Amino acid sequence: MSLTTQDIERIAHLARIAVTPSDVTDVQAKLAGIFQLIDEMQAVDTRGVEPMSHGLDMVLRLREDAVTETNQRDKFQRNAPAAADGYYLVPKVIE
Amino acid sequence: MAQWEIVIGLETHVQLTTQSKIFSGSSTAFGAAPNTQAAIVDLALPGALPVMNRGAVERAVRFGLAIGATINQRSIMARKNYFYPDLPKGYQISQFETPIVQGGGLTITLDDGATKFIELTRAHLEEDAGKLVHDLFEGQSGVDLNRAGTPLLEIVTEPVMRSAHEAIAYARALHNLVRYLDICDGNMQEGSFRCDVNVSVRPLGQTEFGTRREIKNLNSFKFMQQAIDYEVRWQIEQIEDGKKIVQATVLFNPDTGETRAMRTKEDAMDYRYFPDPDLPPLVITDAELERIRAALPELPAAKCARFASQYGLPAYDATLLSQDGATAAFYEATVGGGADAKLAANWMLGDLAAALNREELSIEQSPVGAAQLAGVIQRISDGTISHKIGKSVFEALWNGEGENADAIIDTRGLRQISDVGALERIVDEVLARSAAQIADYKAGKEKALMSIVGQVMKASQGKANPAQVNEIIRRRLG
Repeated sequence: MSLTTQDIERIAHLARIAVTPSDVTDVQAKLAGIFQLIDEMQAVDTRGVEPMSHGLDMVLRLREDAVTETNQRDKFQRNAPAAADGYYLVPKVIE
Repeated sequence: MAQWEIVIGLETHVQLTTQSKIFSGSSTAFGAAPNTQAAIVDLALPGALPVMNRGAVERAVRFGLAIGATINQRSIMARKNYFYPDLPKGYQISQFETPIVQGGGLTITLDDGATKFIELTRAHLEEDAGKLVHDLFEGQSGVDLNRAGTPLLEIVTEPVMRSAHEAIAYARALHNLVRYLDICDGNMQEGSFRCDVNVSVRPLGQTEFGTRREIKNLNSFKFMQQAIDYEVRWQIEQIEDGKKIVQATVLFNPDTGETRAMRTKEDAMDYRYFPDPDLPPLVITDAELERIRAALPELPAAKCARFASQYGLPAYDATLLSQDGATAAFYEATVGGGADAKLAANWMLGDLAAALNREELSIEQSPVGAAQLAGVIQRISDGTISHKIGKSVFEALWNGEGENADAIIDTRGLRQISDVGALERIVDEVLARSAAQIADYKAGKEKALMSIVGQVMKASQGKANPAQVNEIIRRRLG
């Protein structure tokens, strides 16, 4: 699988990672290397092997349904770039 | 002109009735001040890890069992990646390839009495996003993460509905079911039950589907009807004008009754799902599955059948009384309180339903309780009061003018006159001034008798037993 410059720009945009035009070739080569690795893995015959969805062979731990958190808003908001009237503030996201 | 077929599929977001969020111990209570129910996991602070709520898993399984679906005893939590301030992690935890509930379906009943089985594709667990406010702060959006992490079950149908009528019947049936199962409070104003409707049209007889548009976030059945009607008309007009339908997400505007496409984002569909490394597979053991199955409440269809057989109710009554859990419980409590089963059904579907409608109350808010209603019905059945007096006793109970039927009957002296001598005296008084009616009756006019009975009932202030009065008059005139 070969990646175009446009693919790199699109992936970077989706991941909100700033990739400058001068870095694109470098990133393209590194990503291509990762895809090559995947190609190698896909060549392995895995018929009859149940796929894993997690690196560790364990199952999800469940907690009982109970409210254990208290209101710590003031502390959290001291750590936020901008907050007012209890809201976290972000640059306007609709026109 | 071509005949068009409408194709509809629904995705419903059902908010589960847990106390705490799906991955954190924050409260899910509605209406709290902004961000007072948003802890480190909900805020996505670095290092904070999600821990799955057993209550959410059990509710999802309960739903799956109730609709005869396959429960995937090993399901996978996945990240759905997107950047928007309503979820600060940069992804929503959801399920993608292996949802907890697969297949199944529910039977809907249409207005003409016909039934249809609506197949479900899947139902998966996921977390809700936060809320944004855009009009409170100059040049900025406010973020409230109280709702972020609230457990949702997203229930997806196959595209099997063929009219707005069917879509709404399905949405109502689902709404009833999730409340029956006590997995969702069903409060549509508060967003506990939100429907996305996928609509497309195709020429009748064509096998492939047309291009669909998705109407987002409908929170009332009325809006759903209006939105689908508008969308279908719009799509047909477009095609008949030679234009193509472009796949889009649209919003319904209740003020104009129109649907309008949201700004399309090219990247919107690329969520790059992958299994969440923070959450290993969700496993449900056989024992857990059986425990949840054993605790399932009786479902609407089963209850309806039982009401018909156990209480001898007509299908119509049984259907109406079993439609929601609270009504069914009220009915059984009324019968359990000693009321005749058919009379209890008549009262609930008649006087009680009318009074609740008039004052826009739900059955849970009824000022007349099941025991009180049973009391009224018992006194009618045992002849203490007439049906008509029963209605006034009911009204008095409704207005809080007495503890129970007996108290009202006693304080108001409403007991039916059972003393034959007293009744005969009233009958004789009425007969003495009813020469014309007596003549008519003797000439063969049965109606005249009814007029005399009416007079006697009036003279007794409704306290006479009409059957007994009838008998005495016939004896006197016979």
